[in-house]
Amino acid sequence: MKFVDEYRSEADAQRFVQLIKQTATREWTLMEICGGQTHTLIKSGIDQLLPDAITLVHGPGCPVCVTPLEMIDRAIAIARRPEVILTSFGDMLRVPGSATDLLRVKASGGDVRIVYSPLDAVKLAQQHPERQVVFFAVGFETTAPANAMAVWSAARQGLANFSILCSHVLVPPAMEALLSSPDTLIDGFLAAGHVCAVMGYAEYEPLAEKHQIPIVVTGFEPLDLLEGIYRTVLALEENRAEVENQYVRAVTRSGNRAAQNLVQQVFMVCDRQWRGIGMIPQSGYCLRPEYARYNAELRFQVGNLTAQESPLCISGLIMQGRAKPCDCSAFGTLCTPEQPLGAPMVSSEGACAAYYHYGTHREEQPHEPAPA
Amino acid sequence: MSQPPLDPTLALADVGAALLAQQCPFPISDYPQVLMAHGGGGRLTQQLIERMFVPAFRNPQLEGLHDGAVLTVGNTPDDPTQGTRLAFSTDSYVIQPLFFPGGDIGALAVHGTVNDLAMCGAQPLALSSALILEEGLPMADLWRIVQSMQQAAQHVGVPIVTGDTKVVDRGKGDGVFINTAGIGVIPAGVQLGPSRARAGDVVIVSGAIAVHGIAIMSVREGLAFETTLASDTAPLHTLVADLLAAGGAAVHVLRDPTRGGLASALNEIAAQARVGIRLDEASIPLAEEVRGACEILGLDPLYVANEGKCLVIVAHDAADAVLAAMHANPDGAEAAVIGTVVAEHAGTVVIRSRIGGTRVVDMLSGEQLPRIC
Repeated sequence: MKFVDEYRSEADAQRFVQLIKQTATREWTLMEICGGQTHTLIKSGIDQLLPDAITLVHGPGCPVCVTPLEMIDRAIAIARRPEVILTSFGDMLRVPGSATDLLRVKASGGDVRIVYSPLDAVKLAQQHPERQVVFFAVGFETTAPANAMAVWSAARQGLANFSILCSHVLVPPAMEALLSSPDTLIDGFLAAGHVCAVMGYAEYEPLAEKHQIPIVVTGFEPLDLLEGIYRTVLALEENRAEVENQYVRAVTRSGNRAAQNLVQQVFMVCDRQWRGIGMIPQSGYCLRPEYARYNAELRFQVGNLTAQESPLCISGLIMQGRAKPCDCSAFGTLCTPEQPLGAPMVSSEGACAAYYHYGTHREEQPHEPAPA
Repeated sequence: MSQPPLDPTLALADVGAALLAQQCPFPISDYPQVLMAHGGGGRLTQQLIERMFVPAFRNPQLEGLHDGAVLTVGNTPDDPTQGTRLAFSTDSYVIQPLFFPGGDIGALAVHGTVNDLAMCGAQPLALSSALILEEGLPMADLWRIVQSMQQAAQHVGVPIVTGDTKVVDRGKGDGVFINTAGIGVIPAGVQLGPSRARAGDVVIVSGAIAVHGIAIMSVREGLAFETTLASDTAPLHTLVADLLAAGGAAVHVLRDPTRGGLASALNEIAAQARVGIRLDEASIPLAEEVRGACEILGLDPLYVANEGKCLVIVAHDAADAVLAAMHANPDGAEAAVIGTVVAEHAGTVVIRSRIGGTRVVDMLSGEQLPRIC
């Protein structure tokens, strides 16, 4: 298939693996930011083709995984209200809240619906003026433009029965937080190609400079990842701390200006809690005051809900690259896709789900749990 | 599960034992309510079957966990039917939308049960049809569905010999639910069952996978995308007759990978036969449009539902003959060898990816949900 097969050629994959083997003279730890990249790495078996010198640790770029527990509990509380149609990306429905998840709320009578685009939620609000339609707006910079468009278009139509439960997060502040930790193990980053398709990569240049670390904007196909790994290793070996762009077919330095403008019109940067990681200053988007009437937290008064994480789940360590899923004592035993303790076990971008479904746990011996 | 009242004459210890005996082996505390995934054909469906239904109904025919039960009739030597083996199967159809590109719920209800019988190696003898109708269903829609069932049954050459009709209040059904059951006769010499897969066997699929699931998804509300894909719902009894004529007892397993897709069906076989299965991703037939839709929606075609497709596990020596027989039948024209059965990693399915890496192919867990970005 065009635009797919050319990025999955076995011969080219072998060529990159050889290049990486020849280039790496010492051990390097690289983090791929995005959970979609984690899944490609494991699904296509790249993790097993790479030389032992290269360790890949999995980053925080799984929107479902970093959405705070409180926010899920808020969505659940809203979904239980009889007048509400709660709409969400499918991935969010399985994520465990404190006591239940949205799929179970649906089973007990809540009107929870999967939409593929937030604009479909706006359409539902038009079709059901007697109901309150709430869209669970999670995600990184990638989904922000479409979510902003939904709010913008609801406002333009004067839809009074539409609102969003907003839990948007941003990549660069999370990278800054990871790199500012004194014991960081990360030598180089594969930045998330789709985030950069929207935002460009100029904002990563100060990070590379300040922390003297190479950052390669990387796509999601197997060959994209292999090339991204190769270019990061090459930069490390040549002692270059720059931002490079592997994903040239989708990403420019300045990104998609029209999308950025729309996002800025609807959202503003705010502090955000990251599930398992904690508060990161200036790391998310929330609605601007002029769009506050579309804020479901205010409309349904669920802002005060608080929640307690399972003490067993180490997803925060995993998303900071400090542990791998198989390091977790609950992995595959107390925590499975059917009975998850944390979101990474159920999200299609979660590292634990990748390890579980693609069987990495069946070959590797469990390690000693990583220090907290 | 509601429990029958206990006998009041029992002593206290006996009451305890009786309660224990009635205790459901299914983890009800984990799932106090039924979820959609319990019907998704994946791990939760399997758990429900293995831990609630099989223990409750326990018998050797059920424990085969095949697409249908195999019953032997005529147990006395002077009975002319002695040793005749019947396949018996049932399936319910709850699909939305009722009419979809390539078919409708009526045709699906006939084909599905004919195929369940075919997977036991049986040629269909008769079907039943039970309709659960929702108050308010347009009579014209019902007539279209009934005509479609009639045409499908006529095409197969199987009569619908008995039936039932119920109507439920508006809002308590989804237009139409259909249950069909069927019986069929298994020719002598045919020995099929998921536990018969052996190391060295070859895994064949009868054509391109994931077509039905993507065709249905393309017309569902909220997920509509433009495609010309049509469901591949089709009866497989002639394909099965042809491949059994070519392979005979060397054909070990037939399975139609419907809900849960190819991956879940192969996982079930690997577990039941205690063998490993190795697949080659590049050799699994997949239409461009289906692949494109899966890429966009973030779905793995290995887990998408199929209709009108079957998996054949056959001894290595007979594989060429079986494949040739399948290619000669229009329903098997795109049949392809996709893997082998191995003695290693028993119970596990492993795939070689297009770039030459390997990974485990797990059973479907929950429903496949479209991704975020």
